[in-house]
Amino acid sequence: MSEIPGDLKYAKSHEWARLEDDGRVTIGITDHAQEELGDLVYVELPELDRELAAAEDLAVVESVKAASDLYCPVAGRVVEVNEALADTPELINSDPYGEGWILRLQPAADADFDALLDSEGYAAVAAAGDD
Amino acid sequence: MNHRTALYDLHLEWGAKMVPFAGWDMPLHYGSQIAEHHAVRRGTGLFDVSHMAVVDIAGPDARLFLRRLFANDVAKLERPGQALYSCMLNEAAGIIDDLIAYLRPGGRYRLVMNAGNRERDLAWLRARAGNDRVHIRERHNLAILALQGPGAEAILRQVLDKSLGEAAAELDPFCGVWKGEWLVARTGYTGEDGYELILPNTAALELATEFCAAGAVPVGLGARDTLRLEAALNLHGSDMDESVNPLETGLGWTVAWEPEEREFVGRRALAACRERGAAWRRAGLILDGPGIPRGGQAVLFPNAAKGVVTSGGFSPTLAKGIALARIPTDCVGADTAEIEIRGRKVLAHRIRPPFVTRGAGLQGEEVVA
Repeated sequence: MSEIPGDLKYAKSHEWARLEDDGRVTIGITDHAQEELGDLVYVELPELDRELAAAEDLAVVESVKAASDLYCPVAGRVVEVNEALADTPELINSDPYGEGWILRLQPAADADFDALLDSEGYAAVAAAGDD
Repeated sequence: MNHRTALYDLHLEWGAKMVPFAGWDMPLHYGSQIAEHHAVRRGTGLFDVSHMAVVDIAGPDARLFLRRLFANDVAKLERPGQALYSCMLNEAAGIIDDLIAYLRPGGRYRLVMNAGNRERDLAWLRARAGNDRVHIRERHNLAILALQGPGAEAILRQVLDKSLGEAAAELDPFCGVWKGEWLVARTGYTGEDGYELILPNTAALELATEFCAAGAVPVGLGARDTLRLEAALNLHGSDMDESVNPLETGLGWTVAWEPEEREFVGRRALAACRERGAAWRRAGLILDGPGIPRGGQAVLFPNAAKGVVTSGGFSPTLAKGIALARIPTDCVGADTAEIEIRGRKVLAHRIRPPFVTRGAGLQGEEVVA
């Protein structure tokens, strides 16, 4: 069974989001998602300052198996990307909620966190397989 | 329900992620596909490839029949256990399947063919038996284990009984030794030294357990694919199919043109292609920029000609994206090309395949002149 921390918000498309104390939102992919993808070998990160709408293409992660799109859980502007992933994309496999974070957003004024799932809601999605 | 190999329970015990593959439940990996890949390059890996189709050809005309059916010539097989890689072509020289034929004692043959082509292959073989006195029999009670990597020989000697282990250690590549129903052959699909063992299902579980107790690492189909891609071994259904002939996909060396009077299926069409020159060639590409090439992506040349990636992926040994591609023959002089990856054009350089042979020997880094 994969790990699903209780203090995070989740998208059905297997991204997690954490609202930080400074008002920014850190985004990554879930433990369940990295398990399904297998060894990650490449991450295509968005440019800084890009404005993203909710559910817009956010990044591409490629595993040995295939490329997968990530979708933006909430609207916002990209303020930081995890540069370490360029050389060590496997951080997503080893620590999906920690060192394997993907980027940080400055959420838009109308960012809708309530549309996201809590850990129980996401656990049901993960258990049901990919949607 | 999907078929299961004799090792199914062992795969679960080893923590495999099982996936459906050609009607079988097979292990994709046991935790990390990349770690398994490195295990084969640096140590020893054990694969269960029992899903592959095993077909025995017997009868007084077995040799005659296969000499007519295969583009390579089984007459090259002189000693029992010897193996021959060949394509089986249709009349237009399209590749129905690629296979390995082993000579059995008594002038019989054992074929190992792709699991996904099982029905097509058997139907094709049976439809062409005509008046030949041949028996075509698919075997369902056999397992195939592949022990691959620089440590394979030592582990084999440690596990097999003494006489069989010694005989196996002395084998040249593409040779094998029979012992009753068992075949131990120095063949594989990884670019490393190693063995493939065909044996009764009833003995497979114990043997696999002993191989791993002796230090072999279980390896799934995921790493099997990255290993064969680094070794530039074609995959049927990706790098070749019935729309492609051997000359167009780097397999000209497997076609036995001599003796001239041997009329194999597809010969006429293939000879015509050779006469006028194949329009396509196989090429190896190493990505210079970021990203991972994937099958189906376009390969772009400065003269506006286009090729296509037939197999692409991440090379764990080179830590770069690599691809096998089919390119127009008039582009064979180009040292570089661009691969169109998800809307981005990424520079790649041509190499003479394989990308990797025998461990870290990066022969592939030699740029094609």
